[in-house]
Amino acid sequence: MEKVLMKGNEIIGEAAIRSGCKLFFGYPITPSTEVVEYLSKHLPPKGGTVLQAEDEIGAINMCYGAACTGSRVLTASSSPGVSLKQEGISYSAAVELPMVIVNVNRCGPGLGGLGPAQSDYFQSVKGGGHGDYRLIVLAPSTAQELYDFTMQGFDLADQYRNPVLILTDGFLGQTMEPVVLKERPEPPKVDRSWVVDGAKGREKRILASYSLTNEIGEDNNLRWEKKYKNIQEKEQQWEEFHTEDAEYLLVSYGTTGRICKSTVLNARKKGIKLGLIRPITLWPYPEKAFIPYKDKVKGIVTVELNTGQMIEDVKLAVECKMPVHLYRRQGGMLPNEHEILDYVEDIFSLTAVEEV
Amino acid sequence: MMDRVILAGFGGQGVMFLGKVLAYAGMGADLELCWIPSYGPEMRGGTANCSVILSDEEIYSHVIDYADAAIVLNKPAYDKFAPKIKPGGVLVVNSSLAKLDKVREDITIIQIPATDIANEIGNSSIANMVCLGALLPTMKLVDLQKIEKAMNELTGKKRPQLLETNLNAINRGMEFIQE
Repeated sequence: MEKVLMKGNEIIGEAAIRSGCKLFFGYPITPSTEVVEYLSKHLPPKGGTVLQAEDEIGAINMCYGAACTGSRVLTASSSPGVSLKQEGISYSAAVELPMVIVNVNRCGPGLGGLGPAQSDYFQSVKGGGHGDYRLIVLAPSTAQELYDFTMQGFDLADQYRNPVLILTDGFLGQTMEPVVLKERPEPPKVDRSWVVDGAKGREKRILASYSLTNEIGEDNNLRWEKKYKNIQEKEQQWEEFHTEDAEYLLVSYGTTGRICKSTVLNARKKGIKLGLIRPITLWPYPEKAFIPYKDKVKGIVTVELNTGQMIEDVKLAVECKMPVHLYRRQGGMLPNEHEILDYVEDIFSLTAVEEV
Repeated sequence: MMDRVILAGFGGQGVMFLGKVLAYAGMGADLELCWIPSYGPEMRGGTANCSVILSDEEIYSHVIDYADAAIVLNKPAYDKFAPKIKPGGVLVVNSSLAKLDKVREDITIIQIPATDIANEIGNSSIANMVCLGALLPTMKLVDLQKIEKAMNELTGKKRPQLLETNLNAINRGMEFIQE
């Protein structure tokens, strides 16, 4: 298989093309712009269309329209731009439209800065728009995962008729790493009987989210709830790193998730039994990952680029059976592996551990 | 094994390209690697830097706190990155544009008049490659052969006349070290 050296943002575009995505609607914003830049060069020659909309609201509603016709569609933006898209995302979730949305998270609130951040965790996994909906949220930590998860995102979106969000950051987006251009996996068999593609010779179909009566409204909510429960049951994904004998756990995703692997290896050299759970799906949150460790580990540190957002889900997953602490950097700053270990040693009073 | 290298200078001195040459050399040798540009608002004529990590095993953290080596093409880059070299590391300084007032004793500092050598060759913009030549013998995972291959890929097709100039500059840097 071909191996290439590309920027993280570009590889998202390449993965979309290889996933059979023919449509991109978006509005450029740093640090996500390379996605649309790459696609505007490479998608039209493959018979696709890239359209720069008048703004993010236009772009997400174009995605809505395209998805109604059963086409694979992508949009990409960064935090303030994704905020603008929220109404359209809520409508897309209600009409159950498959689409892939990329958020190259920059720091906030407000206009913020361009540096890497995880400040949009709540927005991504707790319903950034109105109404009680869920997005499937995937959190890559390498260029290879940006490729793999973008491809997987399109399949999950089709399979569950649900918008999928890829949550990444500018550090991953700007870094070039080797990526193996894997073949597209066998696409899932999906029901297309809802697609609006011309009603000649058949009954017309309506895709709309308005419920005329409260009874219809509740039926809809129950149907969506059932779907979300099914996704929660089947699609939790995570990676474990040196967890088998761990006395303490780090929990971290994306960029900080991979930094934490270096922390774990350094800790092990010092005789500290540290492990890492790296969530891959942020929704559904990988609660199952914590079950074997709930009554075993002495403490957990979540490492985040925000004031502590995912830590709430970790506390729920372990039912607050052990202390859960937060180590965080903000405003576009990244921790290095050493300062994370310093914090772990300090908070659990591990400084006396024998060097091995 | 791992080589973590910082490359820095003025915008226009070919800092990003220098990083790409190292990155493609790593690709050619089937190494794990990261090429990381500095990112943020920059002004014309300001400083540019990027980092390259080459490794023969998976790269976990790609945040460089201390580098194994650095090439600095001017004085501001020297001032900024000299403290970022780990003890025992190597720092290649373009002494044509950086006169050093204070130097660290715990690292190897190679001062090479790279811009002057580049001018002798007849192309002032290849001081970056002269410095690469000076660093190359101390690198663990890439050698001249791998660099040549990468350079061929990067410039060979588009501007073949530049290939020879670049390789010549690298050789001059390597010769300077031997002297």
